[in-house]
Parts: sequence; structure tokens; C-alpha cells
Amino acid sequence: MTVIPQDQLPRVSGSSSNGDGELDNTIERPGQRAPLILGGMGFTEVTETVTRINAVKTPKAWYIAFAISLGLLSLLGLTIGYLVTTGVGVWGNNQPVSWAFDIVNFVFWVGIGHAGTLISAILFLFRQKWRTGINRFAEAMTIFAVMCAGIFPALHVGRPWLAYWLFPLPNQMSMWPQFRSPLLWDVFAVSTYASVSLLFWYIGMIPDLATLRDRATSKAKQLAYGIFALGWTGSSRHWHRFEKAYLLLAALATPLVLSVHSVVSFDFATSQVPGWHTTIFPPYFVAGAVFGGFAMVLTLAIPARQFFGLKDIITRRHIDNMCKVLLGTGLIVAYSYAIEFYIAWYSQSNFEQFVFLNRIRGPYGWAWACMTFCNVVAPQLLWSKRLRSHLGWVMFVAMCVNCGMWFERFVIIVGSLHRDFLPSSWGMYIPTWVDLGMFAGSFGLFFTMFLLFCRYLPMVAMAEVKTVMPQSHPHAGPHVNRHRFDYWPDERDHVPPMKKGEAAQNIRDWTGI
Amino acid sequence: MADTTTTTTPHPTTPPHVTPGGHRPRYETTLPELEHEEEVLAGYLAEFDTVDAILAAAEKVRDAGYRRWDTHSPFPIHGMDDAMGIRPTILPWIVATGGVLGLLGGLALQIFTNSIDYPFFISGKPLVSLPAFIPVVFECTIAGAAFTAVFGMLVLNKLPMLYNPLFKSERFRRVTNDRFFLVIDATDPNFDERETEKLLRSLNPIALERFTD
Repeated sequence: MTVIPQDQLPRVSGSSSNGDGELDNTIERPGQRAPLILGGMGFTEVTETVTRINAVKTPKAWYIAFAISLGLLSLLGLTIGYLVTTGVGVWGNNQPVSWAFDIVNFVFWVGIGHAGTLISAILFLFRQKWRTGINRFAEAMTIFAVMCAGIFPALHVGRPWLAYWLFPLPNQMSMWPQFRSPLLWDVFAVSTYASVSLLFWYIGMIPDLATLRDRATSKAKQLAYGIFALGWTGSSRHWHRFEKAYLLLAALATPLVLSVHSVVSFDFATSQVPGWHTTIFPPYFVAGAVFGGFAMVLTLAIPARQFFGLKDIITRRHIDNMCKVLLGTGLIVAYSYAIEFYIAWYSQSNFEQFVFLNRIRGPYGWAWACMTFCNVVAPQLLWSKRLRSHLGWVMFVAMCVNCGMWFERFVIIVGSLHRDFLPSSWGMYIPTWVDLGMFAGSFGLFFTMFLLFCRYLPMVAMAEVKTVMPQSHPHAGPHVNRHRFDYWPDERDHVPPMKKGEAAQNIRDWTGI
Repeated sequence: MADTTTTTTPHPTTPPHVTPGGHRPRYETTLPELEHEEEVLAGYLAEFDTVDAILAAAEKVRDAGYRRWDTHSPFPIHGMDDAMGIRPTILPWIVATGGVLGLLGGLALQIFTNSIDYPFFISGKPLVSLPAFIPVVFECTIAGAAFTAVFGMLVLNKLPMLYNPLFKSERFRRVTNDRFFLVIDATDPNFDERETEKLLRSLNPIALERFTD
């Protein structure tokens, strides 16, 4: 499979606000692969482009962004301090809406994390080489999003200083957590997810931390990066085990990420509340999470590639592919919305039917309208190739989806709770300033962490990017096309017919068993 | 083309137990002073600039029968395992063990806490309710396997190892950037100062260096 030469790529057309005539590698040419790294870069240039971000003097814009994020983060600290010293009554949730912003925000943030794991694990297993340009910061996004998510249930328990009761620790009451409750499954799912994501992120970063160590300009930097690089030397014997560990982690993280949002959806699905009690929640939640997460990846990637000069590594094709994932998962989400209404009608349950009509016509109908516009209507713009290659429109859709996915959780949680079986116990939920402040503050935490990451850690997985460059492949000899798992049809033509035992050998090579 | 450089650090003139200010430590040392000794040759370091070159070189060194040698590259090279004759790692088995232990641990935890130590009935479910235990068992399995994969890999790779004689080489810093290195350790039974150097020169590296420990 040859790669399309870069001088044959067209330039992106459009106004100056839409890029400065970047190379357009989204073109499709049968039998040829579009290049993933542009600008005629070699290994050296990739290293320089990425490490430059850490090496240059901190830009003024970074300080401004950091100050704003820090301001929001202090708002989070303030509201948490106020809540802890006063009580959860400072939130607006009360019967019948006992789960509100706290749980909405928790599900929202956990969901965002899923795109990072999808990119790093699932796309890795599917051999989607374009993932290498974006996986590092998508994984970072996962970790920071899970951090934001973790705050809310910890506060929601009411007495946060007793949050450790969630874990099976021996205590003076001789009591244990109740393992037959989905709320406890959630504790295990989210904490496993957080720790495995952190491991995955860190392990992938070791070779790049070694790059920063070897290019450090001061003793302090060399020491700091050196400690976290663990003495990595790029030994082939190490790479062999490293790749195996990475593959295994990807294979483990894939079912894990699907399980996490499934378990989150069990919190709702195993209850009796109309609008929650439904079996399609696990796949519906997972698709929604990936959908929302990809919107957040785009929201971060588009400004980051512009600001940090990564246009040749996070190319138009990366954006285009992410748009397609957004569109695909968006269609699954739209289908889920539709099927929920159908099932409500089909169930012939008065309460179920009422809840769904109430979503549209009830007092929170505006939230439903907002969700539907943002999650169902707006992504349809991405069917158009022209709009997909216009960064302004892509950003618009991504922002819509960010909002829409938050409203989806609001519609599901508040929209189902506020009017259930007995009209005498209906009520309304109005957020207080603490609710709003804490939500805004969680963005402060997220962006503070993200900015620190951009400044001090390798933002792009350099070692992985180098493996997808044409220079990294041996040009001849027995190493080419050794495996026939590649799905490119024309490559398969050049492979001699399979010898006896070759298939078994391939499987052994792949699995190491 | 190939240049040979030997790195030696000057031996410190003050004995190691005397502090720079000239103060003796509180304890008296009876250890004899280290003898002045030439630093020992730890091996050869050959530098290459393309994937093809390092692969070809690795095959030759493998065929020459060396065992304590390695190649170093900024990224994993496809086909290097074969070129070097690296046998598949045992890691998957260790990870499988970790996963099974996680599975059993998760199951034991739930049965012990909810059915034996403090049995309580919830919504009419049996005390040992396997279906209700599945999510936590699953998470524990994944956690067990994932932690084993990461720490197992680090242990097998003998990492962290913050000191490495290779780090003394200025040239070697490019191993995490754009260069490829082949290292033959002096402890290899086949190592011979002359013969090994001859072999490495024949591989046509862009640089050849002796490194010391």
C-alpha cells in the first residue's frame, strides 16, 4: 500500500478563518493511503515539533487561560468548602428531585472520559493508525474528566468525610458495603476505570518522558523527567514487552470502558422510576458517552492544534475522522431517543407514557428541545464534507453536542424524577448558586489540569506517531507483510499463499502464547 | 566514516570520605582507599540512522552468536523481534494469572462480606447471589490483570533503573529522538575487544563508540 505523495494533496479551500491553506489529506484514492503526518516531517521534526511545546518560554496566552481556569477552580473550592461546612441542603435538590446537578454532572464528566479510552484502546485494537496523533491528550482528557466526575458522588453522599464507607474497609461498626446494589458496582467501576486509565496513560508516556529527559535543558528538568521515565533506553527487548503490555491493556480497557457507563446506567435502570426503568440504558449510555467524549476531544483538539502548531500531526484527516465518529455515535443516540418513545407507547404503561410526554410538554420541555436540537439535529450537519472540513462548523457542532449531552442527563434525571406516580408529590427543581458554581468550577478543575498537562507533559505520543510514518517501516526483506491480518486488499495480493502452520504461527506471534 | 571515542572521567583527587570543607566525618573509616584504576570497558555502541540499517545489523549480530546485546530505538521496530531473535515474553501468562486472582479475590470479597461475616438479605436475593456479584467480579478481574500487565512489564524489563552506563554517552541521547543504536555488552561470552569491533565496523554504522561503566 503506497502513501499518496504530499505534493499531490490539494489545499483546504475557504476563508482565512478556516485555516491557512493547510494540506487536505482527507481525499480518498483507491489503493493509496493518505499520509497521516504532513509537512514532510521526519523523526527529528516530529520530536522537535512536540517537545518545542514544553521547551519554549511559557506563552502569555497560556498564563491568561490558566488564570481563568484557576479562578473557576477556586470557585469549586469555595463551593465545596461551603457545602462541607453547611450541608448538602445548599444544593437545590430536594424531594421529589433528590438527584439533580450532582448526578447530572457526574454522568456528564464520566461520559466525556470515554472518548479518551475509545481512542487509546478500541481504535488501537482496530489498528486505526490515525489515533496516534490524538490519543495522548484524549487520554489526559479522560483522567481529568474522571477526576471532575469523582467529586460529585463523593459530595452527594451527604457527609463527604465518611465517603470512605463506600469501600469495603473493616470498621468499628463491623459493617460492610452492600454488594448487591448498583451504586456500589459504580464505586468499583469508576475507581477501576480511573486507575486503569491512569496506568494506560502513564505507561504510554514513558518513552516520551524519556525524550523530554534526553532533551532537557536544565538539571531540574532532567531529574524530574528522568525519574518518571524510569530509566527508559528504548531497548528492543523492552519494547517487545512494552508493546505486549500495551496490547493487553488495550484489550482490558475495551470491555472496561463499555462496562463503566453500563454500570452507571444500572444506577437508573435497576430502579422503578418511569423513564429510568429500561433495558436499553447500557448501550444507549455507552454510545452517548462516546458521542459526548468525541465532541470534547474536538473542542480541545481544534484550538490546541492551532495554538501549539500541531497542524501537521493532528491533520484535517484526524478532524474528519472524529467528525465521522461523532456522526455515527450521534445516530445511535438519536435512535435510542426514538426507541425510548416507542417502548413507552408499546409498554402500555400509563406512567411510562406520561413521563415521555411530560418530557416534551412538561415544565422542562425546553431542556428536551435543547437536547434534541443539540444531539439529533446539529450533528446531521456533519454529513456534508464541506462542513466537516470547515473548522468553524465542526467547532459549532462539537459545542452543541457538549451542551446537548449535559442536557440529556438533565432530561433523564430531573425530567423523570420531578413528576412520577403520585401527582400530589410532584415538584420542581431549581438549581441554587452553589449548584451552578460547582458545575462551572468543575470546568475550572478540568482546564487547569489540561493546561498543566499541555505545558509540562508530551502532548502527542511521539513514539507512536513515529511508528505510523513511512520511514519507520523496513523497505524490503522478510519483514514486510509478514502478517495477513492487514485488511488492505491490494497488499494481500503480494503475499504468497499461506504455508502450512503459518496461521498458527501468526496467532502465536500476536498473542505471545 | 566511523570514529572511535573513549570517554574517561578524571579520578577525584580527594579521598571519598573527606568532605569538600576538609572535615572528617564523625565516624572513622578503616576501609582502604580505592585503587586508581582505568574504567572498565562496558561495551560497544554503534549508531545507525535508518530502520533498514539497524535491522540488517541486528541480524548479523544475532547470527554471530552474541547473547548480551541489544538494539535501542525511538519506537518499536516492526520485525526487530525476529531480527534479534527475541523470544515471546511470558507476560501474557502473568497477566492471565493476575486476572484470575482478581476474579477470585472479587468473588471472595463479596461472599465473605455479604454472606458470611455480616449476612443480610436484600430484596429477596439469595445470600450468595452470583448474578448480582458479576459487575464487581468483572471490575476486579480487569483491575487485577491491568495492574499485573503494567507492573509485570516493568519488573520483567528491570525498570525503574535510573542509572545506566549508556546514559554517559552524549550520542545516546538521540535514541529517544531519531537514531538507532546497537549495543554489545562486554560481559557477553563472545565479546572480544578486537573481533567485536571488527564486526561492528563491518556493519557500517555512522558512529562507533566504546562506553565504560
